[in-house]
Amino acid sequence: MKLHEYQSKQLFSRYGIPIPRGRIASIASEARHFAEELGGHVVIKAQVLVGGRGKAGGIRLAKTPKEAEELATMILGMEIKGLPVRKVLVDEAVSITKEIYLGITNDRAARRPVMMASAAGGVDIEEVARVSPEKIIKVYIDPLLGLRDYQARDLAVSIDLPRSLWRPFMEIAAGLWAAYQANDATLAEINPLVITSEQRLLALDGKMVVDDNALFRHPELDEMRDLDVEDWAEVEARKFGLSYISLDGEIGCMVNGAGLAMATMDIIHLCGGEPANFLDIGGGASADKVAAALRIILSDARVKAVLFNIFGGITRCDEVARGILTALGEVETKVPMVVRLVGTNAEEGRRLLAEARMATAETLLEAAQKAVAIAKGA
Amino acid sequence: MSILVNKNTRLLVQGITGNEGLFHTTQMVQYGTNVVAGVTPGRGGEWVLDGKIPVFDTVHSAVQTTGANTSVIFVPARSAPDAILEAADSGIELIVCITEGIPVLDMMRVRAYLDTRKIRLVGPNCPGLLTPGECKVGIIPNNIAIPGNIGVVSRSGTLTYEVLYALKAVGLGASTCVGIGGDPINGTNFIDVLEMFEADPHTDQVVLIGEIGGSDEEKAAEYISRKMTKPVTAFIAGQSAPPGKRMGHAGAIIEGGEGTAREKIRALETAGVRVARHPEEIPGLLVKG
Repeated sequence: MKLHEYQSKQLFSRYGIPIPRGRIASIASEARHFAEELGGHVVIKAQVLVGGRGKAGGIRLAKTPKEAEELATMILGMEIKGLPVRKVLVDEAVSITKEIYLGITNDRAARRPVMMASAAGGVDIEEVARVSPEKIIKVYIDPLLGLRDYQARDLAVSIDLPRSLWRPFMEIAAGLWAAYQANDATLAEINPLVITSEQRLLALDGKMVVDDNALFRHPELDEMRDLDVEDWAEVEARKFGLSYISLDGEIGCMVNGAGLAMATMDIIHLCGGEPANFLDIGGGASADKVAAALRIILSDARVKAVLFNIFGGITRCDEVARGILTALGEVETKVPMVVRLVGTNAEEGRRLLAEARMATAETLLEAAQKAVAIAKGA
Repeated sequence: MSILVNKNTRLLVQGITGNEGLFHTTQMVQYGTNVVAGVTPGRGGEWVLDGKIPVFDTVHSAVQTTGANTSVIFVPARSAPDAILEAADSGIELIVCITEGIPVLDMMRVRAYLDTRKIRLVGPNCPGLLTPGECKVGIIPNNIAIPGNIGVVSRSGTLTYEVLYALKAVGLGASTCVGIGGDPINGTNFIDVLEMFEADPHTDQVVLIGEIGGSDEEKAAEYISRKMTKPVTAFIAGQSAPPGKRMGHAGAIIEGGEGTAREKIRALETAGVRVARHPEEIPGLLVKG
């Protein structure tokens, strides 16, 4: 789950990372009021969960409170890459002498978090990583030991930070690691971390992504979730513990297991059709979960056929069959369906569905061919 | 013959009194697995499966009393990291974690700790292990595989069943099937299992099932071209997945252009691996004999 800039920065500040004074506004008159509070000279920043805000005109400098209100009016009316801007951050303007990059993410191959710093911070950091990777300095963090002082100092030295800033930089690095660890982040990033004209370090921007699997122990973070970034179906799916991604095709898929769901999409594609979605009902899915999944699939008007591919293991086919029947009892639909049930309690499942008059299939290939043929004929 | 699990496996089930734990313990016992004990803190002294299997409060006491040498974990994600460490500290040599949804930082800590010991973890978020006709540890359905000489290793769960089932349909069997799990941080990777299959006299060839995300398949391809003498056939799920979309598994994220199905397939084919377009195509691509 992604956090907004203002949420990330507020969180960072709790771990001792200095951030600019700022307030969050959802109407333009508030922005004017906050600009007055902050001395008139402010930056108005769109709060949307996509990159490239600045290039889209979502970050603007205001010299007066009046201008702050005008710019806020404009930015609050914007959509950036399809996402509406509902809030702007009003930050005091800062005079900058240098932009640094500092971030942490998990390195899957190394099986540990990696902290990265670069003297070439700012909006083009990805380009820097691509063209001159040697300008990004990395230290690997032992998950049992945590970030050590010498590692943070290594980074400070390697990015040619003036000696006077080593100590504050090390404190910021330690704070970022503490925030990362305590909140189960998979990304925590300050870009840019600036040196101000008063020779202070300040986190001008902040970005954080939190591990969805760890939200059970961070209810306060879960409440920060921005539902605008997901469509209705994805929000609904998460409520029921389903993994759903909407795609562009015409064949709705309900499968148990991510790998099998992807293989099912692959074989639909191979047979000349296109999947309308990725949907993994997960292991041990109950009947009401299955019913919710079917409602979500059928909410997509482009769906011309539904393919169920259930290979029972921890999931029991009879439970899935009951869920399908429950959903069909609730939802009026003419969309034809193809069902393939194999594995744990498959016979019981097939018996339950026998009266629902659905097309059945023995093999995956047969199931995909039938679904594609039905969708094309419909 | 087989790898990792066989007739000598003495299995302990952590989380045996839960819904899934009890259901799959019953299935494993029906399969013929020697389940010697279960653990659920607070339920020690009880018996399950009509008095056949004793329940203990701690893994330590279960191991002391029953001589369990392998553990399978069915406890929820929030306590699973602790369950793995408890097994590791109680003398269990092989830990199989079925649980899905464990936070990644927890798994990094667990893996870093296990690396200091001689303990093998398979999973998490995996279907477990099956040596057909001898022993099942995990949740692979009981009747979908027969004994044979094909080693199967997979990052996926249900997709593995699909492949075993397709093999059985044409009369082919497996020496051992290992589900290594789809999480970004796991205990055992493709290369670990390929090494074991290469050394196992009763495995003649290997089927490898991968998916998009990470670079484990590419590393496996490199190992295959350098070290494997036995033929390998593969399938990679996610060939039609749009880039950048997360497909359920934390592992199935395409990271900065790396880990696409196309790249993995190219790496495997370069290493001499035959790659199937869909799971049911695998049996036809195997080396006959």
